[in-house]
Amino acid sequence: MTPRESDAVISAAAGTNEGNQELRSRSELTAKEVMREVGAVLRMSEADAALLAEVEADPGEDQTMIINMGPQHPSTHGVLRLMLELKGETVLRCKPIIGYLHTGMEKTGESLTFMQGGTNVTRMDYLSPLNSELVFSMATEKLLGIDGDIPERAVWIRMLLSELNRMSSHLLFMATNGMDIGAVSMMLYGWREREIVLRFFQKVTGLRMNHNFIRPGGVAADLPAGWRDDVMSILDMLPDRLGEYDVLMTNQPIWRERLQGVGVITQAEAIALGATGPILRSTGLAWDLRRDMPYMHYDQLEFDVIVGSYGDAFDRYAIRLNEIRESMRIVRQILDRVPSGDYRIQDKKVTPPPRARIDESMEALIHHFKIFTEGFKVPEGEVYVAIESPRGEVGCYIASDGSPTPYRMHVRAPSFVNVQALPHMMRGGLVADAVAVISSVDPVLGEVDR
Amino acid sequence: MSSEVTTTPATLHGCLLGESRGQSVLFVPRQSYIATMKKLVDDGYEMCVDLTAVDFLTHNARNLPEGVAPERFEVVVNLLSLSKRERLRVRVQISESDPRIDSLFDLYPGTEAMEREVFDMFGISFTGHPDLTRILMPEDWQGHPLRKDYAQGRIPVQFKGAAS
Repeated sequence: MTPRESDAVISAAAGTNEGNQELRSRSELTAKEVMREVGAVLRMSEADAALLAEVEADPGEDQTMIINMGPQHPSTHGVLRLMLELKGETVLRCKPIIGYLHTGMEKTGESLTFMQGGTNVTRMDYLSPLNSELVFSMATEKLLGIDGDIPERAVWIRMLLSELNRMSSHLLFMATNGMDIGAVSMMLYGWREREIVLRFFQKVTGLRMNHNFIRPGGVAADLPAGWRDDVMSILDMLPDRLGEYDVLMTNQPIWRERLQGVGVITQAEAIALGATGPILRSTGLAWDLRRDMPYMHYDQLEFDVIVGSYGDAFDRYAIRLNEIRESMRIVRQILDRVPSGDYRIQDKKVTPPPRARIDESMEALIHHFKIFTEGFKVPEGEVYVAIESPRGEVGCYIASDGSPTPYRMHVRAPSFVNVQALPHMMRGGLVADAVAVISSVDPVLGEVDR
Repeated sequence: MSSEVTTTPATLHGCLLGESRGQSVLFVPRQSYIATMKKLVDDGYEMCVDLTAVDFLTHNARNLPEGVAPERFEVVVNLLSLSKRERLRVRVQISESDPRIDSLFDLYPGTEAMEREVFDMFGISFTGHPDLTRILMPEDWQGHPLRKDYAQGRIPVQFKGAAS
């Protein structure tokens, strides 16, 4: 198909590489291709792009070296593989190679009913499963036309869980980011705090991760007794711990040296590359779907959108740290507002009958059986719904043909798009900083590869 | 999508502007795809958040507004305007016999990986894409998994480098 096919055959014979997907050496590329690749590439003028390509002025094959980082490298957060072109310790080019965790989840999604779909999407971004479930449920509800009828309590529970999940995800970022930079003790602290949030999830949903708790029509179960105290204890515990993080990292000169000015991306670049979430906000653009295109009841809450000003790894770290604080502020407001009432919609089409009814009514048993075996039919149509996940805009595009399974289910994964920013952030930096840059993008490979 | 059938068909840049569940959908013919997208960039749709495709092999008789002939493939582009806080979805019909469309790379560099994914999963090629290779599947994989005629669960597992 492509002129490079012959190369693929040769490299397949060599047996160790991915052929065309790999970063190719400069001698195989035309000048224009190199330019596109190093710019990978942005809406900039030809002159600017040419300038960029000239920075290292084609150092020549003998001075550079292409090395693999990953897919088994601990600081690639899973199975991300980066091919780096190095000149000494400087990274000239970089190409992320993904797909090592691809399990065909979008294909699987086509054979699961809308009722079962949550079990699939929740495994995509495994660090913020509730947000994936939420966006899938919201898309399904929009197709069903019941998005305005979700009971208030269910909506507030969803918001509560979504914010707690944002906290747990960012806490894990604190841990892995710390470890990547060399603050190894931070890893223990981050995991420790996250575990406390996960313990609350376990109490609510039965599972620490992959909950399948937020479902089309509401949530799977009501909050357990004493949930307010549990949330309060998390909120009481965290401020001191976050203060410790500040002492340990934010104000510490070594930490700042490692992150400030590393992996810089400009606002225009971030927008052109479609980067969202903390990456976009680190460039100074206050864009948060919770505030700018509110869904659920975020328009009733008071919170700030945290922005950076330099677009570097330190800004992205600081944004996430402060987003934990903002999420805590949101959770406090949610605590005061969760109303009593139904936790899922009383629409017989979507909601199975309660367990107790099954014992006394044959019809209820049949109804329950039908919903769980056949699922419910969703009217024909297509819809795209997006929400703000900890990593950026997570979107769900569903095309339905009127059957109980989605005809096509696509998840717009923020990490998948954000990973494209890596070559820009790394260009001209040191290999040692590459680790900091990957970490600051915070990709979740389950979501990148789906 | 009965809601898409309106009495007076709205248009934007000469393309049919429909609606699906309250969301704006623009039906762009393949010939004027890039030209229309350029106008949309000027309209303030700065960001292309998502690009994907759908294979309508088994559901070809779907509801489309009058004047849009259904084809097997549909490329779906979700645009976002940060300044206007609006979304717009662009749907382009792609025929089975010639699965080809121009690349958006020059307008939205962020579509690089997304177009590669669509190429990988659906076998739709993007003219002008700088690096149109498989992205999720191995390089030597046969077939395009998200096509509806891709035998799911009925193909032997392909291992890279194994004698076949």
